[in-house]
Amino acid sequence: MKLTDRIKNMNFSFLSSVIAIIIGLLFGLVILLISNPAQAMGGFSTILTGAFRDMRSIGRVMYFATPIILTGLSVGFAFKTGLFNIGASGQFILGAFGAVIVGIKLPQLGSVHWVVALLAAAILGGLWALLPGILKAYANVHEVISSIMMNYIGMYLVNYLVLNTVYDRLRNQSMGVAKSAVIPKMGLDKIFPRSNVNAGFFIAILAVIVIYIILNRTSFGFELKAVGYNRDASKYAGINEKRSIILSMVIAGALAGLGGGLLYLAGTGKYIEVVDILAAEGFTGISVALLGLSNPIGILFAGLFIGYITVGGDYMQLYDFAPEIIDIIVASIIYFSAFSLIVKNVIDRRRMKLGGGKVQ
Amino acid sequence: MNTIFFLLRQTLTFSIPLLVVALGGMFSERSGVVNIALEGIMVFGAFTSILFINIVQDTMSGQLLLLLAILIAGLAGILISLLHAYASINMKANQVISGTAINLLTPAVAVYVARMIQNVQQINFNNTFRIPHVPVLGKIPGLGDVLFKDAYITTYLGIAILIVSAIVLYKTKFGLRLRACGEHPHAADSVGINVYKIRYAGVMLSGMLGGIGGLIFVIPTSTNFNATVAGYGFLALAVLIFGQWKPMRIFFASLFFGLMKTIAATYSSIPFLLNLGVPNTIFKMTPFVATLIVLAFTSKKSQAPKASGVPYDKSIH
Repeated sequence: MKLTDRIKNMNFSFLSSVIAIIIGLLFGLVILLISNPAQAMGGFSTILTGAFRDMRSIGRVMYFATPIILTGLSVGFAFKTGLFNIGASGQFILGAFGAVIVGIKLPQLGSVHWVVALLAAAILGGLWALLPGILKAYANVHEVISSIMMNYIGMYLVNYLVLNTVYDRLRNQSMGVAKSAVIPKMGLDKIFPRSNVNAGFFIAILAVIVIYIILNRTSFGFELKAVGYNRDASKYAGINEKRSIILSMVIAGALAGLGGGLLYLAGTGKYIEVVDILAAEGFTGISVALLGLSNPIGILFAGLFIGYITVGGDYMQLYDFAPEIIDIIVASIIYFSAFSLIVKNVIDRRRMKLGGGKVQ
Repeated sequence: MNTIFFLLRQTLTFSIPLLVVALGGMFSERSGVVNIALEGIMVFGAFTSILFINIVQDTMSGQLLLLLAILIAGLAGILISLLHAYASINMKANQVISGTAINLLTPAVAVYVARMIQNVQQINFNNTFRIPHVPVLGKIPGLGDVLFKDAYITTYLGIAILIVSAIVLYKTKFGLRLRACGEHPHAADSVGINVYKIRYAGVMLSGMLGGIGGLIFVIPTSTNFNATVAGYGFLALAVLIFGQWKPMRIFFASLFFGLMKTIAATYSSIPFLLNLGVPNTIFKMTPFVATLIVLAFTSKKSQAPKASGVPYDKSIH
């Protein structure tokens, strides 16, 4: 593809996300108007401006964005390699457990404690995606279905493991991690006081850069993407397509697991609660990936965007609105973004017919 | 003996919603539209109908109210499934994405609306629907204890839906067309079947049954609705696969899953199970693990509808 076409394409992709966001926000505004016309405008502008109230709010945006950038990367990376990782939720909670158990049981590690705990998170997350990868590669099991099953198995397993290893009976949750396992603040607490943001945000950015490089600048990433486009053709071209599928899933799982580690080692009073509810961050990751068009850089901004309206939504209670309006807005953005991909395809197809050229 | 009857009744209570929702999923998938929105559809059906019960229960109660609520749950399910149908059929969107959006949307709507109306997200209702003892039939030894004591009409409705679904799918013109659209839409189109219409019908049926399933999951197991159906929609998806997209197999799959749920929920009060020393978690996991195993062994020659998940576009051949 020519460079100019590429830029045009990117512009269009970006535009389609922006249109979906605008439609989603307008939909939210309509709901606010229906439920309480007098306060709707005030509430709506709070959603848009709440995150910029003070430095603390900006820090909270970054804090909220950190884990969902990772789960977003997980889903987005899988998308790029032709897989739909709906299992980020299970991988996330396995990662959280890996981080928490290392964070509690191995305080003798000292200054590298939190690093090892995060590694454990990534490893457990990756392991949890291994089985769907193997099933996809060798038994042709669709990864969406197997990952949904793995989500529930993972949730029950982590509850069981927490109950039997690091259980705080009084609060029905995991115990607190050692001080040395908490991710350092690196001065962020000075810039954004009382906001909980920590160096995890930098790790998220680092992950974005690494995944961007893998996907766009390495032959390994090219192979993974090639298998996603056409499994048979890749095999014919000499790529070990089974290995590629498994590796794609494992890397996606490791990213989601790392996200779990980043959240539960933030030192912000987050504990693994022993309840039969799937981790929401995994599903938010799907939203982030779709909104960011599976592009790592896009995912970074999409994660920040969802953090931004979530923080804005927190202030909605001042206006007698339930903060769930944010979830409604995000869901409708996702719904409409599914459409905008179609609009893009239609335009591409027309362009292909007119120009006789090949699309992407 | 009473313990066994209790366990069997409990199994039915857990199985019937799974059965109904999985049958709904069957209609959608066999028409060619993957529906992972079952969870969201259940939430919306349960939310709408229980809100209805909450509002009118001062003037009405018993079976008439339940029947009306079932009707409303079905309609609400159809309504929300239209979102999925429009995205997947008209807009040819990715069906998993559209389904995910609905799964995100409906719990948020349920909490938001409940909190805007009554300040708390839980919607309470009085359970006036349990039938302690069905006259005559309740006296049958064994069968009467299981099916006609402490019963809900929803159990009979579920079994009726099973029978009707099997007949519709295999013995009617509509069923044949539905299956054709899920296997080979181009062939169906070439003999004059309107693929879009049939797929709409499939998705709307899944909406109706999903909505009803949401209500009949909540009614016997709780006295309030808290914006969740506890993963039952996804469990129903597992039932659908475990049942290999066929009505009778779906029925047995739902019984098996219901039994596992029952054991997980009641095992601490049953000495026999407690003495086995198997952790509760194992029973909770079993349905999902079993589904994975079935998938692993059947997917190479899968019974799944061939065109399921593929948008139909007349212009592409």
